[in-house]
Amino acid sequence: MIQLEQVTKTYPKASRPSLDNVSVSIDKGEFVFFIGPSGSGKSTIIKMLLHEVTPNKGRVVVNGKDVTSMRSWKRPHFRRSIGCVFQDFRLLPNRTAYENVAFALEVIGKTKAVARRVVPEVLELVGLGGKEHRYPHELSGGEQQRVAVARAFVNRPLILLADEPTGNLDPDTSIEIMRLLDRINRTGTTVVMVTHDSNIVNQMRRRVIEIESGRIVRDQARGVYG
Amino acid sequence: MRMKYVLSEVLVGLWRNVTMTIAMIITLGVSLTMLGASGLIYTKVADMKELYFENIQVSVFLKTDISEEERAELGARLEADPLVSQVTYVNKEEAFQRFQEMFRDSPDLLSAVKADQLPESYRLNLVNPEEYKTISEQYASAAGVDQVVDQSQVLDKIFNLFTAGQNVALAAAVAMAVAALLLVANTIQVAAYSKRREVAVMKLVGASNWFIQAPFVLEAVVAGLIGSVLGLGALIALKKFLFDDALSALQGLFAPVSWGEVLLTFPLMAGIGGLISAVTAWVTLRFYLRV
Repeated sequence: MIQLEQVTKTYPKASRPSLDNVSVSIDKGEFVFFIGPSGSGKSTIIKMLLHEVTPNKGRVVVNGKDVTSMRSWKRPHFRRSIGCVFQDFRLLPNRTAYENVAFALEVIGKTKAVARRVVPEVLELVGLGGKEHRYPHELSGGEQQRVAVARAFVNRPLILLADEPTGNLDPDTSIEIMRLLDRINRTGTTVVMVTHDSNIVNQMRRRVIEIESGRIVRDQARGVYG
Repeated sequence: MRMKYVLSEVLVGLWRNVTMTIAMIITLGVSLTMLGASGLIYTKVADMKELYFENIQVSVFLKTDISEEERAELGARLEADPLVSQVTYVNKEEAFQRFQEMFRDSPDLLSAVKADQLPESYRLNLVNPEEYKTISEQYASAAGVDQVVDQSQVLDKIFNLFTAGQNVALAAAVAMAVAALLLVANTIQVAAYSKRREVAVMKLVGASNWFIQAPFVLEAVVAGLIGSVLGLGALIALKKFLFDDALSALQGLFAPVSWGEVLLTFPLMAGIGGLISAVTAWVTLRFYLRV
């Protein structure tokens, strides 16, 4: 599903590479944590999988598509097969929960009729049934993140990328979000999550890949934060 | 639905920063007016050249001491010349009559010139008025010829004046266009900034580039089109109040400007106004949104 083959990325003006000869293979349906200190290169991997940055060396293959050589005009269509969740939720403040999710469908050409059918379903799935018409400021942090997960998942992507999704949430809410991601993972969606949260990693007991200074120092099938 | 979304975004975008939008439209309008005006001058100069050159004459003035033989010989040579379509002989009396007619408003000048002071001449109509130089070279040194004078030399000076006016209008159009395009770029940047969250989400979920850019580009195109409507209004006002009223005394001198010609500048202004606004918006977005 995801292959990084001897990937090296050095940002312009950086003294050392963000990723240094990294090779990782992630199968369909896996749940993978990337852990490591700030600046270790975790987020660079997420950006690479989204075709936001391209490696200097090596190859990145996502969904059988070589991202390394992908032309930028193909990026929008490629992104439709990947869902994304961030620490800061990135919801539109002047739109309701329903509208936030529907917006993601409508801007890729789905009709309003499709949105009316699919959006309530996915909001129900993330546990926001009955709160469709609330605005982000009327929702708690955990609820806002659920909206973001609903938006990422509404298009039934093959991969869900989560960049510190619990970074702004308290421990209890974080665990609820993790249950949600786990449920999504069980539908067959590959989940890749970057995190600092040792509690969560230790509780989930999933594959853990630890990165330090751009190199993989650990890759454990049922790992802990360590 | 997608069309409706794009169009409502365009209106919201234009209204969001309405003072900037007005500034942008006015500068675009002035620039396009200048462009339209220089286009009109260009077609008028072409029209007038045709009009004047049709009636243009070359005058071959004869020396006062020319002999009968020389005059007859020259006349025959001119008649036979393939470059000349028509030859008219003007004797001293006729020349004096013409002179009196031409300067009937200046009695001082009339009284100063006597009938036998004006030279007799042959007036030539040329097959092709541009070949005046050949005629001049051939006959200037012929026996009995004083000088060969071509009216087109005088006309050229007038046309140069028009061309200079056209160039000034064009230069003003370009200067205003630069200001207008900077305003377009700025408006688009402000619009893109105020919609940065939407744009970020659209990029994230994989909205196509044209869909992200369309509202911004159309916003600029709409401004360009409104600007060209202003330009058309300005040209109509110019024709009505300046050309038809204030300058009506000079109408014999200029080729007339018809309403049709004024209206025909609209597609030119709208096309150029819309196109350069769209290109500017698009280029701005390339740099600013990186989509």
